[in-house]
Amino acid sequence: MNSNMTDTGPIVDVRKLTVDFSTGGGKTVRAVAGVDLSLKKGETLALLGESGSGKSVTLRALMRLHPDSARFGGSVNVDGRDILAMPYGDLARYRGKVVSMIFQDPGLAFDPVYRVGDQIAEAVVRHEGISMQEAKKRALGLFERVRIPSPERRLDNYPHEMSGGMRQRAMIALALACRPKVLLADEPTTALDATVQIQVLLLLRELQRELGLAVIFVTHDIGVAVEVADRIAVMYGGRIVETGKCADIIRNPSHPYTQGLLASRTGHEAVKGSRLVTIPGAPPDLSNMPPGCPFGPRCKYVMDRCKTQTPPLYDVGADHFAACFLIEQQAASQSQLQSA
Amino acid sequence: MAAIADAAIVVPAKASKGYWASVGSRLIKDKVAMVALTIILLIVLAAILAPYIAPADPFRGSMIRRLRPIGTPGYPLGADELGRDMLTRLIYGGRLSIFMGVVPVLAAFVVGSGIGIFAGYVGGWVNTLLMRIIDVFFAFPSVLLAIALSGALGAGILNSIVSLTIVFIPQIARVAESVTTQIRTRDYVEAARVSGAGAFTIVRVHVLGNVLGPIFVYSTGLISVSMILASGLSFLGLGVKPPEPEWGLMLNTLRTAIYTQPLVAALPGLMIFMTSISFNLFSDGLRSAMEVKQ
Repeated sequence: MNSNMTDTGPIVDVRKLTVDFSTGGGKTVRAVAGVDLSLKKGETLALLGESGSGKSVTLRALMRLHPDSARFGGSVNVDGRDILAMPYGDLARYRGKVVSMIFQDPGLAFDPVYRVGDQIAEAVVRHEGISMQEAKKRALGLFERVRIPSPERRLDNYPHEMSGGMRQRAMIALALACRPKVLLADEPTTALDATVQIQVLLLLRELQRELGLAVIFVTHDIGVAVEVADRIAVMYGGRIVETGKCADIIRNPSHPYTQGLLASRTGHEAVKGSRLVTIPGAPPDLSNMPPGCPFGPRCKYVMDRCKTQTPPLYDVGADHFAACFLIEQQAASQSQLQSA
Repeated sequence: MAAIADAAIVVPAKASKGYWASVGSRLIKDKVAMVALTIILLIVLAAILAPYIAPADPFRGSMIRRLRPIGTPGYPLGADELGRDMLTRLIYGGRLSIFMGVVPVLAAFVVGSGIGIFAGYVGGWVNTLLMRIIDVFFAFPSVLLAIALSGALGAGILNSIVSLTIVFIPQIARVAESVTTQIRTRDYVEAARVSGAGAFTIVRVHVLGNVLGPIFVYSTGLISVSMILASGLSFLGLGVKPPEPEWGLMLNTLRTAIYTQPLVAALPGLMIFMTSISFNLFSDGLRSAMEVKQ
């Protein structure tokens, strides 16, 4: 099954993924409502969205990290294997070995009662069955690779003895310990200082190129997304509303939500005292989604059909799609102009 | 020679101590905890070495030397209602009293943390079911529960231990459950899962590693409660049987002498108080020494 995959095919292939959580009162919350993603080897995709847009849930579905009460729909194929149908034993071998993950807050992602080096070595021993000494050597190499100063000493540190930036480097070392093919990053720079953020981003990009990793990067910061990603997928209300190459999304945002996100950035041109641009309203309640387009209630271009129908992804250009009826309308009026 | 050469190339970066080493160094600086620990060790040592250090036979009485005051020649701490040497009986009494303090807590520690960690890690309806059963035990005050269980099982040391164990299991299980529930949702547990650890590894390494400390501290605090409850059971005639020396039982048999020799009658109570407060203060010191920086 996994040998007939060719190198050019997608390493991550998500089709019509839905994730439902049941809440206490017998209600279900659809956190992800039909997401398609595909990622080639060595490619970096940024999942952009605000809190509750389903970006982290999508990311965790790639490792099937959700509790057993979560129900999945659609398919998730990684490295030619169906993750959603994988038995538990295979899942444990797959996690960390094929796909690995780094977390938002590196201060919480290490167990405070064990030395950092031991935690990394333990993961290596678990997957590769080599001796603890060999694994420690591997950990040392990784620490050098993520450029932690005096790595021998740092391996013996407890997590609280490291700074935030160093812990995130150690986290990256842990994630790469078993040479995974896909790296998932859940807002890895949100908890860090601005100066450390850029160092970690540069390190991630460098490692990604050297190791040919496929990276999915979840963020709410469009600046970070542009910095690291080849492609961006903008999520809203559990759906991908726009996806395309970085440059295309920035130059030609086609979904009103993406336009709003770009407009609400504070640039250098911001004048003191001028009001910041915001998107009015609040993100939808996932347990009580409005019918039709999820962004409808906040959209300044909202039409009647937006309230009843959910727009599909329309082709806007080279590998660039957006889910908005405006695009269909514009295309229709353009073709009318041409025919007239 | 080699050692000197090695020392020369050591990078002057901060070496990190092991977890237990740093707990130990913090504990040594805590004067109150150290005093408490010294008292505990002295009492335990005296109890263990009782046959060698006790001046008399704990069972031999004298009808003509009953209820002597403290300082009577030959009876440094007086004599009890049967003319037995109080100092000897207090030293011997520590054996059973401390045994009754430690063993039920130890048994409850094993069973209670097992139940609590299981309930906390599995979660869901299993957790609810187990914890509601545990809650039923909390409906009774622990003294009442211990008396009821001991009464039902019958008097005796073993039955006292069993009933005290049952009293402490719910308390320890509840602490274990709440700590495990917190740990279970921590990022480092998810990080372990992400790197391919199974449920067993996560419980063994990450849950136990982080949960046992707080449960251990809580349990050391229970030792004093257990001693007092065991003394109470003996006092009521449900625990140790006379003429066996045990502080609670001695308090009971001497209560008729409260007006004639109040100081002598209070001595077993003083021992219970000193031992239990020492365990409590030591447990407090241990808790602050073991607090892990995040």
